Amino acid sequence: MSDPRTDKAPLLSVRDLTVQFPTRGGLLTAVDQVSFDLADGEVLGLVGESGAGKSMTGSAIIGLIEPPGRIGGGTIHLRGDRIDNLSPAEMRRVRGRKVGMVFQDPLTSLNPLFTIAEQLIETIQTHLGVSKKEARERAVALLDEVGIPAASRRIDDYPHQFSGGMRQRVVIALALAAEPDLVIADEPTTALDVSVQAQIIDVLKRLCSERNASVILITHDMGVIAETADRVAVLYAGRLAEIGPVRDVIQNAKHPYTEGLMGSIPSIKGTESRLVQIPGAMPRLTNIPTGCAFNPRCPKVFDRCEKERPALLREGQSEVACWLYDEERKEAVT
Amino acid sequence: MLAFTIRRVSQSLVVLLIVGLVAFSLFRFVGDPVENLLGQERTVADIERVRTQLGLDQSFPVQYLNFLKGVVTEGNFGVSYRQGRPVADIIAERAPATLELAFVSALFAIVLGIGFGVYTAINRDGWISNVIMTSSLVGVSLPTFLIGILLIYLFAVELGWLPSFGRGETVMIGGWSTGFLTTSGLKALILPAITLGLYQMTLIMRLVRSEMLEVLRSDYIKFARARGLSQKAVHYRHALKNTLVPVITITGLQLGAIIAFAIITETVFQWPGVGLLFINAIQFVDIPVMATYLMLISVLFVSINLIVDLLYYMIDPRLKADGGAAGH
Amino acid sequence: MNALSRFIASDFTYKFVRSPVAMIASLVVFILVGGAIFAPLFTSQNPFDPASLNLMNGFSHPMEPNQFTGESFIFGTDDQGRDVYATILYGMRISLFVGFSAVMFAMVLGVTLGLIAGYTGGRTDTIIMRIADIQLTFPAILVALLIFGIAKGITPPGRRDEVAIWVLIIAIGLSEWVNFARVVRGATMVEKSKEYVDAARLIGRSPFTIMLRHILPNTLSPVLVIATISLALAIIAEATLSFLGVGAPPTQPSLGTLIRIGQGFLFSGEWWILFFPATALLALALSVNLLGDWLRDALNPKLK
Repeated sequence: MSDPRTDKAPLLSVRDLTVQFPTRGGLLTAVDQVSFDLADGEVLGLVGESGAGKSMTGSAIIGLIEPPGRIGGGTIHLRGDRIDNLSPAEMRRVRGRKVGMVFQDPLTSLNPLFTIAEQLIETIQTHLGVSKKEARERAVALLDEVGIPAASRRIDDYPHQFSGGMRQRVVIALALAAEPDLVIADEPTTALDVSVQAQIIDVLKRLCSERNASVILITHDMGVIAETADRVAVLYAGRLAEIGPVRDVIQNAKHPYTEGLMGSIPSIKGTESRLVQIPGAMPRLTNIPTGCAFNPRCPKVFDRCEKERPALLREGQSEVACWLYDEERKEAVT
Repeated sequence: MLAFTIRRVSQSLVVLLIVGLVAFSLFRFVGDPVENLLGQERTVADIERVRTQLGLDQSFPVQYLNFLKGVVTEGNFGVSYRQGRPVADIIAERAPATLELAFVSALFAIVLGIGFGVYTAINRDGWISNVIMTSSLVGVSLPTFLIGILLIYLFAVELGWLPSFGRGETVMIGGWSTGFLTTSGLKALILPAITLGLYQMTLIMRLVRSEMLEVLRSDYIKFARARGLSQKAVHYRHALKNTLVPVITITGLQLGAIIAFAIITETVFQWPGVGLLFINAIQFVDIPVMATYLMLISVLFVSINLIVDLLYYMIDPRLKADGGAAGH
Repeated sequence: MNALSRFIASDFTYKFVRSPVAMIASLVVFILVGGAIFAPLFTSQNPFDPASLNLMNGFSHPMEPNQFTGESFIFGTDDQGRDVYATILYGMRISLFVGFSAVMFAMVLGVTLGLIAGYTGGRTDTIIMRIADIQLTFPAILVALLIFGIAKGITPPGRRDEVAIWVLIIAIGLSEWVNFARVVRGATMVEKSKEYVDAARLIGRSPFTIMLRHILPNTLSPVLVIATISLALAIIAEATLSFLGVGAPPTQPSLGTLIRIGQGFLFSGEWWILFFPATALLALALSVNLLGDWLRDALNPKLK
């Protein structure tokens, strides 16, 4: 792993990120010591079931965890600068300007009482010291780019005058308005019609690659990941189960959980009918088992899994948190 | 927009016609108008003459129509049993006192209500917010008249700073007596205005607060934050505007309530307005005054309702597009 | 398990024991209501029986022996030598009687109309709910005042004092029925669409039986909540009307009447004539209100 302070630091470096929620029943850990890096222009898919901590990881990076939740440990570096402990005012200069975000539901992401122009111009002017006229020109160009027809006319419309797909294009335009280096897209297509999902992903991918912006794509749709992402991180119960190049993770999953997850997408070739269901459900955050969080459901569980939490182990191009890949174990088996 | 306006206006007219009917029935059936006009010494011929004069020999619908015509075209609300003068004159004399009081109270309620509401929503767990919220709870549970008495006791009896009753000196401007132009008039306004506005203020404040908290949790506020907009823009541009749309309805209706609640405040402070007139009318069963008050306050409430609806419609772009059919 | 032990073991009881506000509020209500009902047991003086009064006792300060008679009164006396403590107990009787009766009246009226509106639907429903909507645009106190005024006009002058209390009950009751009707109508419409109502209809139960036996019990807890909150409102409404001089007659003074009388002594320094009745009214209204809020949260966490 590279040192975040060197010149060749990755764009984003997340180390041991932990997000906690104090509740009456005690402290809940929604994200538990998650670490990953992200290079310029790279698309990282963040997958897992709902409640696995995907969205929370995204919110932590952009500094928008709803109180009483808070970052309980770890660090986040952006271009070598630490951003998880900035003051609110400093963090505001990061949000939008350096890290943009696209939320799930375009119907609720836009303020219904302001025109698209007002929302775009406001965002551009906040971060880039340009005149209102110039901000408007940029806004129109941006809408054009995301594929809004007749952008110079439609820009003065209110959000409700657009369809869901068009609104998500507007949301993408807003997220990119101040040219951020990183865009976090939290389930950007889940709320949309299947027919427009691919278009939205295309728009997002095209605009980000044109700007060399990196993307963290949070989704539970492995199909989208397979087509879009360069690397994938799989989360389970707030912990990183496996991270690696998309091809490796999908075709040659290492963690038994990932294997199960991949089993739930039908393969195109249809040669193997391996639609295996993992028995059981993800544990509640209130009672995560000791050792590996996946151990009660794991088909390959052995005694160490129930005692010791697995470290992130390198295996080929991937890293995987599973004792199966521990050197000693491997030697014992062979 | 036009269709919506026409529909709402005609609905309002129907309500007013019904209220007019109730008011007229009061005139006609409660107490005997002939007896009230003639007093104890009367002959059968007198009674007949007055009956014809008043049109009481005609059918009920015709009487009602004549009554409405009189009200609308001549402002003829009949004659007060107690004072023997046209009710319209008495009301016109008394209205400025009530309207000025209501105006100041409404201003107080809206400005402080929105201000405190926004403050307590943004600084949700601050100790000042907690103090404001706790005292608002007391404000809601205290009956209006007790607040008035408490204020009189503190500021008039104990401290002697402010007058405990009346309007102070007033100045006549073209038939309108105003208390805004003299020091004693302004001083006399303070306690009644606070008494009258306090309940509405707490109501508006709690409403603004809960609406704003709701809005602050919404996705578009989260997205506005995620775009790095300043705290000020998020709170006062985005959140406030969205908060105020539903608040306008309730606030508008509260303004009507202020005029109605003025009855209580005017009694506590012996404020010579329409409310005090109405209470006296009830005590002495002065039917024409009661019926007139009923009609005027209905016109007021119905107009406020109408204006609020139309305003709501203009502010929220979503309603404009649907032609009002979808409603909200 | 019998009903009592089931109640003690219930979630409801658990929440109650866990809430200091609810316990204190019910204790206050219990003491005040008890004191009012059994007023003659707690005071020797009937303040509205002229025979039991001694004018010499007039204007006694609270807790101090009277300068002429040497008698001492915990809350002092008014100008006519009435013990303020006794007037409060007796006044609360009127306040509570009017409050309870008005809420009962509003409840019966509102629940009936709500059931009918929700069950029959169509035009009946439209008419009832339109009236409710129109009435809701006016403040309850104004509605009560108007009804009071009309009723007073209809009554022959000689009997006005006699019937004042009943007129008050009707006026306040009529101004509070809408909330009951709305809630019951909503619940009825939900219940009506459920299968067991269809089944009851199929086996030939009359609409009356279905409403009474099947739908009504399901609306019980929201009705109870509204009744409690309405009681607080009715007590305050009664006090307000009486304070305005259009409620309880001086021969049967309620807390509101006592406050009206007490206000007259504010400037001359006899603060206790006003202070203690006002405090009693506040304690009563506030406790009932808190209890209502608590009930709402306890019976229906979703409403919070």
